[in-house]
Parts: sequence; structure tokens; C-alpha cells
Amino acid sequence: MAIDMNWELMLDGNAVGGLLIEIFGQDLTALWSTCPDCGRQGELATLRAFTHAPGVVLRCPACDAVLLRIAKTTRGVRYDVRLVTKDGFPQASR
Amino acid sequence: MKSFTLALPRWMPHRAGQHYDIRLTAEDGYRAQRSYSIASAPQREGEIDLTVELVENGEVSTFLHQSAVAGDRFEVRGPIGGYFVWEAAQGGPLLLVGGGSGVVPLMSMLRHRAAAKANVPARLLYSSRSYDDIIYRDELEGLAARGDGFELFHTLTRSQPAGWKGYARRIDDRMLGDVSRVFGAKAMTFICGPTALVENAANALTNLGLRPERIRTERFGPSGT
Ligand SMILES: Cc1cc2nc3c(=O)[nH]c(=O)nc-3n(C[C@H](O)[C@H](O)[C@H](O)COP(=O)(O)OP(=O)(O)OC[C@H]3O[C@@H](n4cnc5c(N)ncnc54)[C@H](O)[C@@H]3O)c2cc1C
Ligand SMILES: [Zn+2]
Repeated sequence: MAIDMNWELMLDGNAVGGLLIEIFGQDLTALWSTCPDCGRQGELATLRAFTHAPGVVLRCPACDAVLLRIAKTTRGVRYDVRLVTKDGFPQASR
Repeated sequence: MKSFTLALPRWMPHRAGQHYDIRLTAEDGYRAQRSYSIASAPQREGEIDLTVELVENGEVSTFLHQSAVAGDRFEVRGPIGGYFVWEAAQGGPLLLVGGGSGVVPLMSMLRHRAAAKANVPARLLYSSRSYDDIIYRDELEGLAARGDGFELFHTLTRSQPAGWKGYARRIDDRMLGDVSRVFGAKAMTFICGPTALVENAANALTNLGLRPERIRTERFGPSGT
């Protein structure tokens, strides 16, 4: 099991809404997306959030696939998006 | 339990169910940030209420309980959230399931419903440890007494006062069945509280036949027991 998956401390996409506003300049909690691994669909808020690992990881609630990973470093924000959206995922606004 | 009113110099209207992120910065520059749901109704302008449960050894909740005083200034971001939200115009019937401080965003929905004079049928199943741990106890009783279609169901998991007539166990399938049955599969459902409670209640309601796309969840983290 991946080190970020601490079930005790698991949250959901609601909890990272503020961080996503900070990075992408918009509220993405209602963003509809599809998991590329298992096809499960839903709002970003319904994804599992692991926020106590270094950085933040959002995973598919059906198959645990990593769908969004965000790391804040001293040189800025790095993120990796795997979730599939109809109109693409926004670019970081800063 | 402690409730705060935050005056917002750049107030923006919120939707019931949304939260703010509160950031504390210590003198040495150390920062801590946590989310707190808006407890007040969107109809109130210029300020919001938050209700914070004291978590043992909790960094931010302890600060807010023991050190924050009226007049303090906080750095906040919000309102946040476009999923765990309810507006009276969305209708119902509205099924609310909460545990501990998870009742906070649900309270905003109920205050909004009352302020909008909406008579959408609504039920709250609310789990607390003991009678004294029930947040908004008197106000909830008052809302239930209005006879406008809101019904209140308490469960006390740890101790119950003499003569207690509510439930006296953790939320389970049978309890959820009892409370949700009259609404059928179409209930618009919001579940909020400790992660384990939310997971269990969402699974149970799905098994009871509620439409998964009408069940919305928000997890607050561990239950601290
Ligand atoms: C979207 C969202 C909305 C929230 N709204 C509210 C709200 O309206 N009112 C409210 O009181 N809280 C709310 N919370 C929880 C809040 O953000 C904090 O997690 C909580 O106040 C604990 O923070 P802390 O700094 O005091 O504890 P920490 O220092 O983070 O944790 C200390 C210890 O307590 C445990 N712990 C962590 N979180 C909790 C918890 N929630 N309950 C019990 N034990 C915990 C930890 O595992 C740790 O061992 C919300 C959380 C989310 C994600
Ligand atoms: Zn998946």
C-alpha cells in the first residue's frame, strides 16, 4: 500500500478546495471527471484525499488510482493530473 | 464547542454547506491552516459564524478555543465548495446525517431553509456522544417545534440522560432505514462528520436504495476518540 494512504486521516476532495483555488484560481470541487483506470465518474469532491503525506494526493474511490498529485516546493507548485475531464483541466494561475 | 462570528471586510455571499480555510501564522512565521464550515445562513450579510470542536492536542482548534479573543484578526480564504451545498430552490426532500461537528454545515442548510421559509420536508439524524455534546441543541429543538416539515432525530452514543427517548447507539443501517424510509429513494442526502461515520452511512444508504448521485458527503477526518 502506498505511503500516502493513511485511512485514519483520509479526507475527500472538499478538503482541498481551498488549495485548488490557490493554485488554479477557481473552485474545482464540483468538477466532473472520469478515472482513466476504471472509468468511475464523479465530482472532484467525491475523490479520496490524502493530505498528510508530503503534498496532497487525490485517489479514485473505486480503484484507488492516483488522479491528482500536488506538491508545494520552495520553487513553486508541482502537480500531476490523471483525471479525465470534458474540457481539460485548468492551468495553474500562478 | 465554541462558536465565533467573523466579520468579513470583503464579505461574499456563500451557499449553505460551504467552508472557509483559516490560516494562523505564529510570530516565528510558522503557519497552520484548517477548514471550518460556515454555520450561519447565507441570508446573513457581512459576517459568518463558525463552530469549532475542541480536539485533544489539536493545534488549531486548541488555539481557537483557548487563545483567540474577540477582536482578533484571522487570515481566511472562502467561501469554498461547489458540491456539498444546498439551496432551498433545489428542493428536497432533504435528508441530513451528521456526527459531532459534522452538524455545522448541515446547520447552515437548516438555518437557510428556515430563513427562506422553505417547507421542503427535511430530517436530521444527528449523532453525539452525550446530551451535553449536542451542538445547537436548543436551536434545533426550536426549529423542529415550528412544525414546518423539519424533523429531528438524535442518537447519543456514549451516555444518555435518564428518560432519554432518542436513539442510544452508533448510526447503523436500521436507524438510517427508520429515518430515511418516508422519503424513499429520491431524498437529497448530505452526510458529514468523522470519516468512518460518513463512509458507513453513505454505504448503508446506498444499500437501502437511495440514489448514489443524490448522496453527498463531506469527511472531517478522524473522530478523536
Ligand atoms: C471541509 C472541512 C470542514 C470542516 N469543518 C469543521 C467545523 O465546522 N468544525 C470543526 O470543529 N471542525 C471542522 N473540520 C475539522 C478541522 O478542519 C480540523 O481538522 C480540526 O479542527 C482539528 O484540527 P486541529 O489543528 O485542532 O488538530 P490537529 O493538530 O490537526 O490534530 C491533532 C490530533 O487530533 C486528530 N484529529 C484531527 N482532526 C480531527 C477531528 N476533526 N476530530 C477529532 N480528532 C481529529 C489528529 O489525528 C491528531 O492526532 C472540518 C474539516 C474539513 C475537511
Ligand atoms: Zn478508478
